[in-house]
Amino acid sequence: MSSLTIFYAILFYLATVVLVGGVAFKIYVYSRTPSPLRIPTMPAPMTQSGMVARMAREVVLFQSLFKSNKWIWIFGWMFHFGLLLVLLRHLRYFTQPVWSWVVLIQPFGRYAAFAMLAGLLGLWARRFLVDRVRYISTPSDHLMLALLVAIGASGSAMSFLVHTDIISLKAFMLGLMTFDWQPLPADPLLLIHLALVALLMIIFPVSKLLHAPGVFFSPTRNQIDDSREARHVAPWAAQLDK
Amino acid sequence: MAVSKFEVPELKGYTVIPLVRMDAAAGIKSFPANAPIQEAIGFPGELPENWQEIAIAKMGELLGKYRSLQVFMDACVHCGACTDKCHYYIGTADPKNMPVARQDLMRRVYRRYFTFAGKYFPQLVGAKDLTRDVLDEWYQYYYQCSECRRCSVYCPYGIDTAEITMAGREILDSVGLGQKYTNEILGKVHRIGNNLGLPGPALMDTLSGLEEDVEADTGVAVKFPIDVKGAEVLLITPSADFFSEPHVESLIGYAKVFHAAGISWTLSSMASEAGNFGMFIGSYDQLKKVALRIRQAALELGVKRIVVGECGHAWRVAYSFWNTLIGVGAGGQDEYARMLQKQLDSNYPQPAHICEVTYDLLQRGAIRVDKEANDHRIITFHDSCNVARGSGMGGIPGGQFIIPREIIKSVANHFYDMAPETIREGTYCCGGGGGLLTDDLMELRVKGAQPRMDALQAVVENHGVNFMATICAICKAQFTKVVPYYGFEMGMIGGVHQLVSSAIILDPNK
Ligand code: SF4
Ligand code: SF4
Repeated sequence: MSSLTIFYAILFYLATVVLVGGVAFKIYVYSRTPSPLRIPTMPAPMTQSGMVARMAREVVLFQSLFKSNKWIWIFGWMFHFGLLLVLLRHLRYFTQPVWSWVVLIQPFGRYAAFAMLAGLLGLWARRFLVDRVRYISTPSDHLMLALLVAIGASGSAMSFLVHTDIISLKAFMLGLMTFDWQPLPADPLLLIHLALVALLMIIFPVSKLLHAPGVFFSPTRNQIDDSREARHVAPWAAQLDK
Repeated sequence: MAVSKFEVPELKGYTVIPLVRMDAAAGIKSFPANAPIQEAIGFPGELPENWQEIAIAKMGELLGKYRSLQVFMDACVHCGACTDKCHYYIGTADPKNMPVARQDLMRRVYRRYFTFAGKYFPQLVGAKDLTRDVLDEWYQYYYQCSECRRCSVYCPYGIDTAEITMAGREILDSVGLGQKYTNEILGKVHRIGNNLGLPGPALMDTLSGLEEDVEADTGVAVKFPIDVKGAEVLLITPSADFFSEPHVESLIGYAKVFHAAGISWTLSSMASEAGNFGMFIGSYDQLKKVALRIRQAALELGVKRIVVGECGHAWRVAYSFWNTLIGVGAGGQDEYARMLQKQLDSNYPQPAHICEVTYDLLQRGAIRVDKEANDHRIITFHDSCNVARGSGMGGIPGGQFIIPREIIKSVANHFYDMAPETIREGTYCCGGGGGLLTDDLMELRVKGAQPRMDALQAVVENHGVNFMATICAICKAQFTKVVPYYGFEMGMIGGVHQLVSSAIILDPNK
């Protein structure tokens, strides 16, 4: 077993623990924190199913962003749905035999990487071109985009230009999942790609990537317009009724 | 400090997003509260020595009490979608008035003290220590936000800057930095019962004066009852309705509606204020204390219904918070809520907006109107931010947009809406809400009104609009003061029930 394989194996275990543990902890914090007053952005749905539909429109279609700014919407949507397809396509490296629907989306998944990259570059360009967005951008905003672009670019390069030893890679991944480590091919592009992905997983729970779990907890979006019909007294506020 | 001269923006008839001008609003700052004002409502009178410790602790407390704050601090991706949505940014071009930048004033400190990234890599994520300068900047820009929630409509995660402004003000208050205007008024409401500090006898005088005026005007003895036990309706209305123009015209409108429909009603001298500035400073405690007067009045007078007059933030508090705060509503299972909910008539929504009452009566033909009485008016409607984005009406989604418009169309013949992106949930704040309706913020108020003024300008030019109706006491006060800066007549501002008042037919025999 090469030290490279051992390093990457440990790196991925660590990254997975940080990602899952970190996000789980944040979700725990969000769900534990009460919402003492109803603050849905009105007009809001009046039923639970209406709320689920609103949330679905937000998460799938980026409804509010669409109302807000068509450029951010198109770039953001390209990026996120490109990323989704790319991620689903990657399931082929973690399943044996590969699920049939994953086989089906394989060609789309490969090209989705371009949509993802185009979206990212569009969003990045706005950080330079739009004075208001330039003003609010921090170094971490740029680095996050750089990281995602580098992941997308190194991945597409392997997919379209210099193919890597995908059979051994898959053996390595499956090995990780069954704790039966297999050698990782020492292809520089692959090593860069994997290292950056691990880095992304590690910073996920301590960065703005928390918008992903956060959106589901956003009180302005997940609350129902029912405050005349129901009381919603938070435990800490209930003391004041005494 | 005299209010400095400033340039009034030129109207174009549509919204123009300005380029960023650093510190363009840095000279605008509302007067801070002095020690007696602060202490009267339970805040420290001056900055304590260990203020930094207290402020951080307060922030930690609020992060644990409000999911909104906790999620909003984390979720922003700096996408920039909200940057052009705030009327104060549009009017002043100061980048710190962009909603995300306003949030970032706090988010930086949050990151520094409450996140891993900010503790160890502050520069990277823009984390900042809470210094005196940062605190002063908070005061400055958290009192340049009207908590109108327009930004929350457009943020992909629904981040509501108003929540952050409220938390910011609460932290500031906890270290003795309050705003004179808001906190002085909170003191008055506790001491006297309303925001204007109008004592009971003065109120009764005003009301009997109104009775004489209306009778002289219409020949009908319309009553303005106060403290009447056993009345059906308790009307809770902003105290500006009692003597400010054009507010009082709407009060006359409500009285005529109750009279014509034969509904017995009363005001309360103890709860002679619908407004609740506790919301503006984000204090749950103050919100509840101010609202408690209404609970008490309702219980003492034994009324069956609680109706709220034309006031934007008050209606948000009433519609969205009263049930939770003081048990005016339905569905309460606890002893506290049941005491009041048993008394109130569950055939009506509790609380009800006066527009819901009037609309229902119009629908049922229980009151009659002469539309021609408003023919000299060409009307548009300004959706007040707190009504539009913080409340509902009529039990249907969007009822808060439909009902006032339907009332206007039932009592008048000429109605035109302003540009679609400036009304309904996208409405622009009048520029004076959220505790900013004070003369020391005149420049901000005038500039913040610009987007609304542009939209108004367009309907004035295209349709000859000469009346802008609103259902908010703050909107009315703000606009009457500000429209002259833009060359409009202050008389073109008024209430929806002012229009009802002109058109309603009163039976002289009743
Ligand atoms: S709540 Fe209103 S005033 Fe405050 S930042 Fe958002 S848009 Fe501006
Ligand atoms: S729209 Fe929301 S996520 Fe985007 S910058 Fe504004 S507050 Fe942040």
